[in-house]
Amino acid sequence: MKSLTKKALLIAAALTVTGTASAAGKLEIFSWWAGDEGPALDALVKLYKQRYPAVAVDNATVSGGAGTNAKAVLKTRMLGGTPPDSFQAHAGQELIGTWVVANRMEDLRSVFQSEGWTKVFPQDVITLLSSKGGIWSVPVNVHRSNVMWYNPAKLRQWGVTAPKTWNEFLTTCATLKRKGVAAPLVVGENWTQQHLWESVMIGSLGSQGWESLWSGRTKFTDPKVVSAFATFGRVMDCANKDASGLSWQQASDRIVDGTSAFNVMGDWAAGYFTTTKKLQPNTGFGWAASPSTTGTFVMLADSFGLPKGAKNRTEALNWLKLMGSKAGQDAFNPLKGSIAARTDSDLSKYNTYSKSAATDWKRNKIVGSMVHGAVAPESFMSAFGAIIDQFVASKNAQGAAAAAQQLATRAGIGQ
Amino acid sequence: MKSLSRDRLWSIAVLLPSVVLLAVFVYGFIARTVYVSLTDWGNDPAQALALDPIIRWVGLANYGELFTGFLQGRFRQELVSTIFFTLFFILGCLGLGLGLALVLDRNPKGEGLWRTIFLFPMSLSFIVTGTIWRWMLQPQGGLNQFPTALGLPAGSFGWLSSTDAIWRFDWNALPLLTASVVGLVLIFLAVRAARAGDRTRAIVAGACAALLLGWALFVGPNVKLLPAPELHGFNLALIGIIVAAVWQMSGYTMALYLAGLRGIPEELREAAKVDGANDFGMYRHVIFPLLAPITLSAMIILGHISLKIFDLVYAMAGPDNTATSVPALNMYLTSFRQNQFALGAAIGTILLILVAFVIVPYLSSSFRSEEGHA
Repeated sequence: MKSLTKKALLIAAALTVTGTASAAGKLEIFSWWAGDEGPALDALVKLYKQRYPAVAVDNATVSGGAGTNAKAVLKTRMLGGTPPDSFQAHAGQELIGTWVVANRMEDLRSVFQSEGWTKVFPQDVITLLSSKGGIWSVPVNVHRSNVMWYNPAKLRQWGVTAPKTWNEFLTTCATLKRKGVAAPLVVGENWTQQHLWESVMIGSLGSQGWESLWSGRTKFTDPKVVSAFATFGRVMDCANKDASGLSWQQASDRIVDGTSAFNVMGDWAAGYFTTTKKLQPNTGFGWAASPSTTGTFVMLADSFGLPKGAKNRTEALNWLKLMGSKAGQDAFNPLKGSIAARTDSDLSKYNTYSKSAATDWKRNKIVGSMVHGAVAPESFMSAFGAIIDQFVASKNAQGAAAAAQQLATRAGIGQ
Repeated sequence: MKSLSRDRLWSIAVLLPSVVLLAVFVYGFIARTVYVSLTDWGNDPAQALALDPIIRWVGLANYGELFTGFLQGRFRQELVSTIFFTLFFILGCLGLGLGLALVLDRNPKGEGLWRTIFLFPMSLSFIVTGTIWRWMLQPQGGLNQFPTALGLPAGSFGWLSSTDAIWRFDWNALPLLTASVVGLVLIFLAVRAARAGDRTRAIVAGACAALLLGWALFVGPNVKLLPAPELHGFNLALIGIIVAAVWQMSGYTMALYLAGLRGIPEELREAAKVDGANDFGMYRHVIFPLLAPITLSAMIILGHISLKIFDLVYAMAGPDNTATSVPALNMYLTSFRQNQFALGAAIGTILLILVAFVIVPYLSSSFRSEEGHA
């Protein structure tokens, strides 16, 4: 009899707990962090539950790299009038050009001010997150896009060093080709080529030139941009011909096995090298800022915003406050393999590569990445892939620049 | 009002829900898509996803953009790719399916097992097929490594990653090419009609052919769809996708053909043998003609599958590989990634028209034969 009453008591207790939970509120967070990135998100959710134990967190994850599937699901939900309480979006224009221009997001400037974030996030980042007088999302992490990866042992064997400028790169490329390296540079499927394009473009135009390209002051048809396109063409001549069949991991593998010398990829490659390939930083794999971009940090960030009409607005605001806090960012980023967007993060928690990136984050000029959604809206990014494909096939710099300008005009860049 | 018997009322009541659902969810949405394709929804990013978007009527502008717009080269390449894909996919499936059916028709040992094995790929979804074949066709693995098992050097064909194309033509020459091809077909029809003694038909077809060819010769060369030449052709990377698609669907054509072959009465074969036909002659003059209707229905089924193919390409080559892209993929990207709903709807409408080209003649012929039987 005793055990029965015990059970009944337990059940009753359980019922009251769930009862209060539903009364205290719910939070639905919408992201594409599944798989490798799942544990990082879980760490954040755990932290949230510690602070707000009464809130039931509904982790609505739609898997698929870079959110390709999640974004489509999000669109149907937003258009159908049931927005999630807070959703993931690449920080910057990907969110602004899609949802802010459509007047679907809440301005978070007051949160930024009350939490003191305007001081701890670099000013360049605040600029990238802002438009029309508002700040639209909270960046939870930062990745660097302009990193050139190589295999130090192999470079020594070939007798070359990591090039500092794109001109030097082309000379190195010629040297390596003479030594029988068929493809000194390895690229993968379309987006990794756009990723390379971005590094070549920033290297050729400089960070100022890159910024004025996206503010509309410089046109894509400008001679400087056209000649940067031509440089990109010469760089692509150093690359493998089977690019579109390779994922970025398969492309990175060719650095490890020494088929190719260089690969320009974001710093998630560091996580791949250390975790999956079990390589030591600086000996197993090496890195440098991509040519001609030393002193520039090309950033992309995952961020969360607050859609208008969110059902649990208070809980969502608490979630955003947690994501922007030091504790939240330091719990999330070491697991995700990225660095904190805050400049006051606890560096002892990070690995060798991330420490060097975090140092650059504080010192370098910060600009936004195009292919990862910081400076260009989705309507530009998605269609730009076809322009890169056509350019790689035809090497017609003038034509590609003209097409890119038309695309920019259509996407409303610089208006 | 005797016709409204209880039975009739019952049948109407039972059918009504499906009719209503079809009217709304198929025909209503087709109408809605066609309407959207004639507006500018999404061309202005600020209006694309707004709560209450301002949508203007723009007529056929989106279609003009797709066929002659500077930025829509990808779509035009996809149209060309689709035509090549359809052609080789249908030929591959029919050829392989017929071959397998002929082999099985000779009653080999373990025929049931073979039949199951050949038909099995069809039970997989295109996503699964695509993922398997993606592994097989990797640049450094699978099929390219196959020769090394025989001691030969590994292959280097870029199954899905090649950017080479063959049989290229300038998009500007498209009106000219179309007019010439249609003109030649009309001449052929006219000659046939004349031989059969159908005078009016011969004259009408001949006159149309002359008109078209005249246009092709004198006006056609001056029509400029695009400011600069734009070459489109058969992308070699498509071969990998065609191989996978044929692998998946040839078992189906085999089953169709096998049923057809089994349906041919033994008496006919015996009669042919008595008349002195050898094996080849029997197939050529007796069996293949009897399989013609099966070929037609297989072509219809395969044709519409190939026109709307999406998942296989997505799984094998990814969404951003323009060398292997197809219109259905572009429709998805345009609508749901670029938020250009009107342009996406226009691509969808073009696909619908293409599929209708395949399906409608089939439907009308099957309706006619049904009436004939009744």
